[in-house]
Amino acid sequence: MKQSEVEYRDVQGLVRFGYAKMKEASYVHLRVKDVAAARAWLRNAPIASAVVMTPAPSTAMQVAFTAAGLEAVGVPPLVLARFSQEFRTGMTEENRSRRLGDVGSNAPSQWEWGYGTSVPHLMVMFFAEPGRLHAFMQTSKGNAWNAAFEEQRWLGTADLDGVEPFGFTDGISQPQIDWERQRNVTRPQLDYTNVVALGEFLLGYPNEYDKYTDRPLIDADSAGAGGLLAAEDAPEKKDIGRNGTYLVMRQLRQDVRSFWQFVNRQAGGNSVEADKLGAALVGRTRAGDPLVPMQEQAIPGIGPDPEEIRQNQFTFAKDPMGAGCPFGAHVRRENPRNTDFPGRPTGLAKLITMLGFGPRGFRDDLMSAVRFHRILRRGREYGPELLPENALAPAPPNDPERGLHFICLNANISRQFEFLQNAWTVNTKFSGLTGEGDPLIGNREAIPGCLITDNFTMQKDGGVRRRVSGLPQFVTVRGGAYFLIPGLRALRYFAGDGDR
Amino acid sequence: MTPQANFMVLAAIDPTRETKLRALLASMNEAPGRVNTTNALIPFAQFDTLHFARFVILDDKTLEDVRVYGIPVRTYPLYLAFLGDIDGDLNAFLEKLVKSSGKGLRSVFSCCAGFRYDTDLVRWMKRHGAPAIANYVNWRGRTVRRIREEAALAKALEEYLQSHATALTGIPPREILSNLQQFVNAEKSAGRLTLSDESPTPIGWWIKNALHLIGVPLLFLLTLPLLIVIVPILLIRLRRLEKTDAELCWRVDQAHSDALASLEDRDVANQFTAMATRKPGFVRLWTLIGILVGVDYAARHLVRSGRLGRIRTIHFARWVLLDGRKRGVFFSNYDGTVESYMDDFINKAGFGLNAVFSSAIGYPRTNWLVRDGCADEQKYKDFLRRHTLPTQVWYKAYPGLTAIDLERNRRIREGLESSSMSEQETREWVALL
Repeated sequence: MKQSEVEYRDVQGLVRFGYAKMKEASYVHLRVKDVAAARAWLRNAPIASAVVMTPAPSTAMQVAFTAAGLEAVGVPPLVLARFSQEFRTGMTEENRSRRLGDVGSNAPSQWEWGYGTSVPHLMVMFFAEPGRLHAFMQTSKGNAWNAAFEEQRWLGTADLDGVEPFGFTDGISQPQIDWERQRNVTRPQLDYTNVVALGEFLLGYPNEYDKYTDRPLIDADSAGAGGLLAAEDAPEKKDIGRNGTYLVMRQLRQDVRSFWQFVNRQAGGNSVEADKLGAALVGRTRAGDPLVPMQEQAIPGIGPDPEEIRQNQFTFAKDPMGAGCPFGAHVRRENPRNTDFPGRPTGLAKLITMLGFGPRGFRDDLMSAVRFHRILRRGREYGPELLPENALAPAPPNDPERGLHFICLNANISRQFEFLQNAWTVNTKFSGLTGEGDPLIGNREAIPGCLITDNFTMQKDGGVRRRVSGLPQFVTVRGGAYFLIPGLRALRYFAGDGDR
Repeated sequence: MTPQANFMVLAAIDPTRETKLRALLASMNEAPGRVNTTNALIPFAQFDTLHFARFVILDDKTLEDVRVYGIPVRTYPLYLAFLGDIDGDLNAFLEKLVKSSGKGLRSVFSCCAGFRYDTDLVRWMKRHGAPAIANYVNWRGRTVRRIREEAALAKALEEYLQSHATALTGIPPREILSNLQQFVNAEKSAGRLTLSDESPTPIGWWIKNALHLIGVPLLFLLTLPLLIVIVPILLIRLRRLEKTDAELCWRVDQAHSDALASLEDRDVANQFTAMATRKPGFVRLWTLIGILVGVDYAARHLVRSGRLGRIRTIHFARWVLLDGRKRGVFFSNYDGTVESYMDDFINKAGFGLNAVFSSAIGYPRTNWLVRDGCADEQKYKDFLRRHTLPTQVWYKAYPGLTAIDLERNRRIREGLESSSMSEQETREWVALL
């Protein structure tokens, strides 16, 4: 099997960069109006790649497709059928909604977009340095745009300077992609690492199981296949997935007032206590500091930036009772920072653990190893800033909506995003808890036999835990869809001018 | 200790009555995947010793897979399976079941070939019994009654703690414990809580279990001289087979996938039924039997209660071989989604999974029986989904409770009733609350 270098010019830039300096961004959802015009636009679209440029560009455009979008631009059904089932059936499939917690007020039937006829075909994402967005969008659209597409909606974003709407520093912990393909996953991973196999974030490369995630491969002599790269695991085939990945988007409305008013009420109006409770719900302080001490041992993929080390060089191994960071805190749910074996056993101890005779503590070994469930977050906030201290005031009439256009990238939607959302976010039984979902983003829907799901527990070592009950639902899903953000060769294959 | 028992009735469906049977089974549900526990046919909720039950039509769509071995496709009867996991004596349960739901059972089983309406139901069910070759019980001796009593205890403690939060803040663990012991004792005296003592272990069961404990290793020792000769040959042959056996792992079609998914995630736990044809030949047959007997022995005598290896989310599970051991079915009751269940197996118990399931036609290629196989995650998941059958009716006696919940409640009760916890144990006990 030939291991090749990553062809950065084939990868859309968003996989490698967060475009943090391009503080303005806007996303547009499109329906294809005219297939030929749409293809023509796509062929010529100046889509930013993952190549590092000097000087850094001040603008970038990215293009993603839903399954309906691929169909609309004429991708053959047999090719489409080889994309993942989650992508093809979409985020709003009924049984999937149940697993994702998209029920009650989160139900797709209540969404502003992404359900029924409001499913987009394409999403074009524009990023620009301050002041340049509008002009960049105009020039990028060009002449063919209006003939090609019907604009369904524009999703604007806001730059809150690295802070999400509730007021917490966001985006601190991101997996580091193993672009150099140095990672060896063939042995059990005993230490937490932040470096994740390239194949978890890009199709066409080995993942954390050292396997290639399913994606469409076509015969080399298929029409239009000339520009595609060969599949590493099947060199006689061309790889349509290569250098592309899935993009999950969810519009999450955040009720900032409800959050701080609730926290403040629980704290009896004491703002220091309110901040503490807020930090417990999130699992980090507002400034982004973790609630457990930093460890001395370096973690691969974290650093060398001292600020990053300070905020990310930790695991929860030293906090087995949850006394520092509650088990159910948002960040501890979303990334429990665990390994393949709890307590890093070696030799005979490992065998003993494998056979189930390891530690017998109540919470030992309850969670799946996190390395199979990492996502790369690329979301942006929307709506005007509302500082926590101002959030205590009652909402004025027509209080604008604020929230997050959550975006994440992953090669296997069911094992990465959906697993995180289901087993670790919505699950009221996470980590030996009961009666509580994610305190920040969970819904509070009752489940059969378990009517109460709106608790939040702060464990104590040597005392009775503090349990807050009656948590309101702070986050409501307003829309969502699964997209493919293809490699640029694949994009040109999709947009081929009718030679198929 | 009241040991658990299980039953499985297996009967061929009368082809002319399949539609009627399906309608009857559907009538036991209030919605897809959600049984009506007081349905007119078999009101499961009436049976306070029944943990799990299911009706499933064993409609294996992968029968043609045998073609890869050049074997003609056999047609088997379409079976109905009715199975349950219970506390205590099986005969007593079946008598009770027939007494209260005889009519319902008769209408269901009258859709099976050769069933006469006036037949003796208990005898008929026993005659159609399909015993498990390997069986797993999460916690032997934990009865439905105990589970419910301990859940009520946990709920009462939760309410007490919420209303006495301030009084209990800042006091040492031992005092918290004695405070709660007083509360529970008062609740018990007032008749608001019941924590029944364990019943004595039936002597007959105890003897049988002891004989099994000694008997299987004894048999192993007796046959050892023979095994020493056979096993290496078996292994060499197996090694050759596993290098050439075909992998049949592809994604299931949308309809099959939807049919399964619509029944899943209606509770914190799920049912699982998977069926396959065994790879042909003597080597595979005896490898499978040897491994399943080993699994059964381990599950019965060796594994730590509450765990199957590293997996702590399975309530009950069993393997049953059918049709002259040419086919096998795996049934389980587990917590979480099927996706997390499969992940758990791959990452925590891959070796055991491979050893058992590699006997199924089309399983992802193993290496020395226990390696690789399911480590090819997607192939394994595709394989498993392809072999998963929709379970028409599924009953769980304690909705909303996971095996970990049961474990927590058990530990809470045990601590309350213990008089000898160390300082550290008391701290850990308080942390359970």
